[in-house]
Amino acid sequence: MAHGPAQGIRRWLYTTNHKDIGTLYLWFSFAMFLLGGVFALVIRAELFEPGMQIVEPEFFNQMTTMHGLVMVFGAVMPAFVGLANWMVPLMIGAPDMALPRMNNWSFWILPFAFAMLSSTLFMDGGAPNFGWTFYAPLSTTYAPPSVTFFIFAVHIMGASSIMGAINIIATIVNLRAPGMSYMKMPLFVWTWLITAFLLIAVMPVLAAVVTMMLFDIHFGTSFFNAAGGGDPVMFQHIFWFFGHPEVYIMILPAFGVVSAIIPTFARKSLFGYSSMVYATAAIAFLSFVVWAHHMFTVGMPLAGEMAFMYMTMLIAVPTGVKVFNWVATMFKGSMTFETPMLFSVAFVILFTIGGFSGLMLAIAPADFQYHDTYFVVAHFHYVLVPGAIFSITAGVYYWLPKWCGNMYNETLGKVHFWTAFIGLNVTFFPMHFAGLSGMPRRIPDYNMMFADWNMISTVGAFLFGAAQILFLFNVIATIRSKRPASDEVWDRPEGLEWTLPSPAPYHTFTKPPPLS
Amino acid sequence: MSLSANSTKTLVLKLLAGALLMFGFAVFVMPPIYDLFCEITGLNGKTGERYQALPAAIDTSRQIKVQFIATNNETMPWVFKPSQQQIYVHPGEEVEVRYFAHNPTGRDMVAQAIPSVVPFKAAEYFHKTECFCFNSQALKAGQSADMALRFIVDPDVAKTVNTITLSYTLFDITAVTEG
Ligand code: HEM
Ligand SMILES: [Cu+2]
Repeated sequence: MAHGPAQGIRRWLYTTNHKDIGTLYLWFSFAMFLLGGVFALVIRAELFEPGMQIVEPEFFNQMTTMHGLVMVFGAVMPAFVGLANWMVPLMIGAPDMALPRMNNWSFWILPFAFAMLSSTLFMDGGAPNFGWTFYAPLSTTYAPPSVTFFIFAVHIMGASSIMGAINIIATIVNLRAPGMSYMKMPLFVWTWLITAFLLIAVMPVLAAVVTMMLFDIHFGTSFFNAAGGGDPVMFQHIFWFFGHPEVYIMILPAFGVVSAIIPTFARKSLFGYSSMVYATAAIAFLSFVVWAHHMFTVGMPLAGEMAFMYMTMLIAVPTGVKVFNWVATMFKGSMTFETPMLFSVAFVILFTIGGFSGLMLAIAPADFQYHDTYFVVAHFHYVLVPGAIFSITAGVYYWLPKWCGNMYNETLGKVHFWTAFIGLNVTFFPMHFAGLSGMPRRIPDYNMMFADWNMISTVGAFLFGAAQILFLFNVIATIRSKRPASDEVWDRPEGLEWTLPSPAPYHTFTKPPPLS
Repeated sequence: MSLSANSTKTLVLKLLAGALLMFGFAVFVMPPIYDLFCEITGLNGKTGERYQALPAAIDTSRQIKVQFIATNNETMPWVFKPSQQQIYVHPGEEVEVRYFAHNPTGRDMVAQAIPSVVPFKAAEYFHKTECFCFNSQALKAGQSADMALRFIVDPDVAKTVNTITLSYTLFDITAVTEG
């Protein structure tokens, strides 16, 4: 039973071990993060000065599209699935995921999806150029021929996410150690359980919308074609019915990660555990009824604008509950600021800024001004970069000693944090101002009046990019270092994962751990 | 062990069924619901199908201005225009107007006109008893046509509506009809 892994490449190809698969997901997502980052730097380099300098406008559009797609579906989502693979079984005292073979499949189809998507860059007519939101008819009537490959890539990503979600639910529902009741589960497990249900509800809708595009393009249907009695606006409704829950798919697990980290470094248990669970569920539920806040300007009756406006503002309430609880957890705690904590505290502050710009955008009449400007770009980068990305980074620093058995270098970790923190704010904060003064998003050239903000943003972007290279270096150096971590790693952290030796053995909890 | 394996299986099947259901919901339920919703509310300005004229009282106390707009979709080369820019009608009265279309190209073409009405709240009160938009229009190279539109503005239309704008966009569907 207690055999180790197979050797060489076969270990990774055939593995059904949750830790191996978690590792694969995390490395894959990091590779996609770098690829998406390169696309972003092409965008920022072109925008360094007004006028066309480096790339053709057509290629610029391909870059914005590919950047969004790769970051959302290649970097953020797989990273959280990787964390879930590693941590969910360890946190609930399970020997592995419930469906280990399916687990192998759900990872290994992903590289194919992204190889296919990336190959469109070399095709006639270029890669998809219609934005990550691929609105019809831009993505149907006017799409480059490579759109078909885009569609199939999205199908594969969707299948992977759905399989991953089913696996996570089955694991949490069926493999909890005796005594681990639902309300005793760590919050990361809770947030992932809810996220998995969101995935099962909306990834099929994404698959459906690209399938309808496929039929419109190749088989003469008219779902989104006005000439045949369809309606392009319907595309936006269906897309955002997927799209808004999708943004919460990218943030709920992040809530779970920081809810694990902040109590450890504040040396207090999490404030308001059950309200955290209910707030997460409320956010997930509300996320289905706010989608049209992305479409305030398409032409809706007043009643519709108002309904979606108030529903959207309502989401800020459970979100506020969470922020309150994190702050209350830190309040009067004996806080220390190791790297995971730095990333988590930055998460709380900067995510809240993103939440506030979200509230501004939720005001329908104001959104007529902000819509499709850099203000929106600033908003969603504030919730996604110091939100999703920082929480993943925090999680990696927090659990890496448990994974590989070595302690990372704290000084290098802090250098990474501060370069990322400064880089990110220098990149994205000026976008608020560029947006408020009217700079449209997704354009390769712009008016002189936006030149200063853009130059600053570009400098910040390269700094942020450099920080990620440092991250890569830190992780590799930690894995190869000879500084063994203790089993507890931190100062009396809560959770079953810390009862295991460091590094965590290949097979863990083959017998359920005793729980009080 | 086998008990938990069984319950895992049923759970997985349920979740899979849920995913398939959502796919079906998006493809087969959402579009009809969307159309129905638009039809009921008049959103997106789409007008209804052919209307069976019912004998109704003509409300001579009101006059409504009806404006006609014709637009060619992107590269559509036809000449397409209403024979008059606007007319005044009484609610309940059936009126006929004509649109002119000419195919100036050297090839036979098929077109489809898609109507849209503003204000949205008037859309469901704008009844067409006869319209060239109910069918596609085929014109041979160089041919012209006068196309009829008969409509009634429902007497129940909101009192605040004084002007209704009817816009047609003409799409080239030659490729689709040949294919
Ligand atoms: C208090 C919470 C939030 C509110 C009130 C809010 C509100 C909004 C609104 C109204 C828009 C549409 C702006 C426009 O296009 O004119 C928007 C866009 C967006 N939001 Fe949020 N948001 C919130 C949180 C989040 C979170 C947590 C995420 C993701 C982690 C997120 C990701 C996005 C993205 C990606 C877009 C832009 C999509 C696009 O057009 O490409 N938002 N948000
Ligand atoms: Cu949204």
